[in-house]
Amino acid sequence: MIRLKVNGKNHRFNGDPNMPLLWFLRDEIDLKGTKYGCGMGLCGACTVHVNGRPARACLTPVSAAANAAVTTIEGVSPDGSHPVQVAWEELDVPQCGYCQAGQIMSACALLSSKPKPTDADIDTAMNGNLCRCGTYLRVRAAVHKAAELTAANRTRPAKPAAKASSARTTRNGGNK
Amino acid sequence: MPKTSLNRRTFLRATALAGGGFMLGLYPKAAALAQAGRGAAPALLPANFISIASNGLVTIASKNPETGQHALNMLPMLIAEELDVDWKDVKIVRAGVDNKYGSQFTGGSIATPSNWEPMRQVGGAARQMLIAAAAQTWGVAAMECSTASGRVVHRATNRSLGYGELASTAATMPVPDFRSLKLKDPKDYKIIGTTTRDVENKEIITGKPIFGIDVTLPGMLYAVYQKTPVFGGRAVNANLDAVKAMKGVRQAFIVDGKPLPSNFPNYLNDDPGLEAGVAIVADSWWAAQSARAKLEVKWDEGKWGTLNSEDIAKKAGELSRQTPARTLRKDGDVEAVYKRSDVKVVESPYTFPFIAHAPLEPQNCTAHFKDGKLEIWSTTQTPQIGRTILSRVFGIPEKDITIHMVRGGGGFGRRLYNDYMCEAAWISKTVGAPVKLLWTREDDMQHDYYRAGGFQYLKGAVDKDGKLIAWQDHFIGYGEGETFTHSGQIDGNEFPSRFVPNFLMQSTVMPLGLKTGALRAPRSNVYSWVFQSFIDELAHAAGKDPLQFRLELLGNAPPKGTQGVMDAERMIGVVKLAAEKSGWGRRTLPKGTALGTGFHYSHRGYFAEVAEVTVSADKKIKVNKVWVAGDIGSQIINPGASENLTQGAVIDGISEMLQEISLKNGRVVQSNFHDHPMLRMSQAPPVEVHFLKSDNTPTGLGEPALPPILPAIANAIFSATGERIRTLPITKHGFSFA
Repeated sequence: MIRLKVNGKNHRFNGDPNMPLLWFLRDEIDLKGTKYGCGMGLCGACTVHVNGRPARACLTPVSAAANAAVTTIEGVSPDGSHPVQVAWEELDVPQCGYCQAGQIMSACALLSSKPKPTDADIDTAMNGNLCRCGTYLRVRAAVHKAAELTAANRTRPAKPAAKASSARTTRNGGNK
Repeated sequence: MPKTSLNRRTFLRATALAGGGFMLGLYPKAAALAQAGRGAAPALLPANFISIASNGLVTIASKNPETGQHALNMLPMLIAEELDVDWKDVKIVRAGVDNKYGSQFTGGSIATPSNWEPMRQVGGAARQMLIAAAAQTWGVAAMECSTASGRVVHRATNRSLGYGELASTAATMPVPDFRSLKLKDPKDYKIIGTTTRDVENKEIITGKPIFGIDVTLPGMLYAVYQKTPVFGGRAVNANLDAVKAMKGVRQAFIVDGKPLPSNFPNYLNDDPGLEAGVAIVADSWWAAQSARAKLEVKWDEGKWGTLNSEDIAKKAGELSRQTPARTLRKDGDVEAVYKRSDVKVVESPYTFPFIAHAPLEPQNCTAHFKDGKLEIWSTTQTPQIGRTILSRVFGIPEKDITIHMVRGGGGFGRRLYNDYMCEAAWISKTVGAPVKLLWTREDDMQHDYYRAGGFQYLKGAVDKDGKLIAWQDHFIGYGEGETFTHSGQIDGNEFPSRFVPNFLMQSTVMPLGLKTGALRAPRSNVYSWVFQSFIDELAHAAGKDPLQFRLELLGNAPPKGTQGVMDAERMIGVVKLAAEKSGWGRRTLPKGTALGTGFHYSHRGYFAEVAEVTVSADKKIKVNKVWVAGDIGSQIINPGASENLTQGAVIDGISEMLQEISLKNGRVVQSNFHDHPMLRMSQAPPVEVHFLKSDNTPTGLGEPALPPILPAIANAIFSATGERIRTLPITKHGFSFA
């Protein structure tokens, strides 16, 4: 019996302990945001946080996450209000969008250790995340933008973010 | 008048909706008639491109598959512009797969040119009907009314009504003839030409299950499929009992494959239908995949089990010394030029490999075959073609096949083909349950429709004034007789055809046991590198600046109407713009750093690019910056998305310089991103994008920005190092990207 916490919620798993965490997340507890791209830790589409550190869920046996706290893209914020997500949306980063959950997870991990990263820091931290569409330039810009937003939020009292996003579900975000 | 044949074949029908909205649809009359001719006349059900709720919210159906090219936004933008509503009041929904929407297809960069007029007409016709409804309500003439931001306005009496208030009356108005519509003056555009963000961004950044791989159905089983490792092979037997005994496995069985009837072309031209293999179906994907590790199959490899890349290359070398099999175009007499004493002759062989599409989302499909009917959830770029193929493979009418379009994690042409769809459907039918088939990355890379590799033996001559006067190409590719493999063809119209007085294009083909297909900017994605590299060689032989040499060559354009489809003036425009923006010829660069350029016309788009590279002593290439100049007509419909797509095309093209698919014993050697790499963030250069707006109908952007980057970089490498890249990938020359 493996116990682990995903996005703050406790789970138990009785199956194959060698099954990669990726398939536990996607098919056992229905968190589909974490993506399968290569199964070899080469593309980063499956990036999650295990105890706060970025990990490739396709290479992490579910047993290795026993008793750990796992965060997936669904746990970053349910409404897209995390500064990294806000930056991603504002800069309209995605093309196909398939790699972006992994990109965002790597970016979040980077910013938690380096709140003001340089281009070189970003390249180093994000180099494990492939984007087949080639959105790298916008990913890099969005990481900088997220750093700015985070810094601005620190100097400003937090305000509820839910209202704007509920309106957004019925209408477009408008022109940039 | 833009050339859109769709226009002449369509008419509108409006239908009242319960709840006070109205629907307005575009009907493909010819498609419907064609269907009728086959004895399966579908009822012309009302389409729903547009519905307007009584509160004014406008819902627009976006009809094409979305794989990252932003068609999901672009098509509704055209409708919304002419409907004259504010973008913030528009909700976009994905259309179902239905002939009432006309062509539903993602490929060939045709979404813009084929929809530019009809989609605006749909919006314009709806606007006209709303005006008619207001005029009737007020008892005034329609011509006295105008519209703005989702309202009809009667200025004379200072009255206005919102579209939501008019919708139910508008639905009863006659549909105007498309040809009578007065569409907006482009200077009045509020949406076209303004960036709109991808409407699914929120779902993407919060990890919502919107991709094909995420589809889940009640009672669904999971499948893996071990396809024949050699093209055309089949499984003779397998240890199915041992596999079935594995935990979680429900079924394991051999699939013999089912080639399409002969009126569908064979592998040379299209989908082969259902390919042979072994299916494993389990309670979870991981259980199926784990069982696959125990699978042992005896394959009948058919006739291609001895095919090796080395042998193909050797054979091409032999063929290059023989008389070409076919002459595709002959102008003047190249041989006579070579004999002249006042010319410089250059001869070079160029070699390029097969490469894979490798969209980041591996192929997958969810299918449910029940009671003789088939329901499919797919990322296909060609849902209507897929439906036809399924109909033929399963022997059921198209009306019994429902296809749901799901966002695809990249396409690049791979999802033009529907092999995974046939497999998922076959497995579902066999096990009698809904099934999600998911390929591994290895399956995806080893069972692609590869960009065709090839060999081109070029020869050319410049005269004493440095003018290009002879061009000869012996193209050695793949096919049988006069048929090239799919997207592996060449013809006599490739530039500089018609711009050089003595021109000879010839070809020879070799048989091939591997599927080939359309990869983003098919043929152009690598022929551009061949032609524009060789033009560079000739420029250097002529002692001329490579960019100036190109302008002079383009200046040799034959009279309009005889230069083929490419308009030399438009190309000159982008070459000059790329030169200006990059500072070509005006900057002093340090040793080891140089600029290179290339241009290419494809998919109706004109692109010239300049790359600045620095090459280290150990042959590591840093691409410092890329400048792109493009002419895709009078409007850049969605500027933000266009910049993103163009930058991506450049990065994609640079990746292609590193990639190779090779064959050993009929099997693809490469399997994953370690041996078929793509560019990573640290290698991606800044890409400056400039569009030259010209007085031409807007055309597509998915593909044409890609081809010129390969020669631009290869030519820059030559200028920096003196080494000419004549073989791809660049690693064959010992180069890599830093």
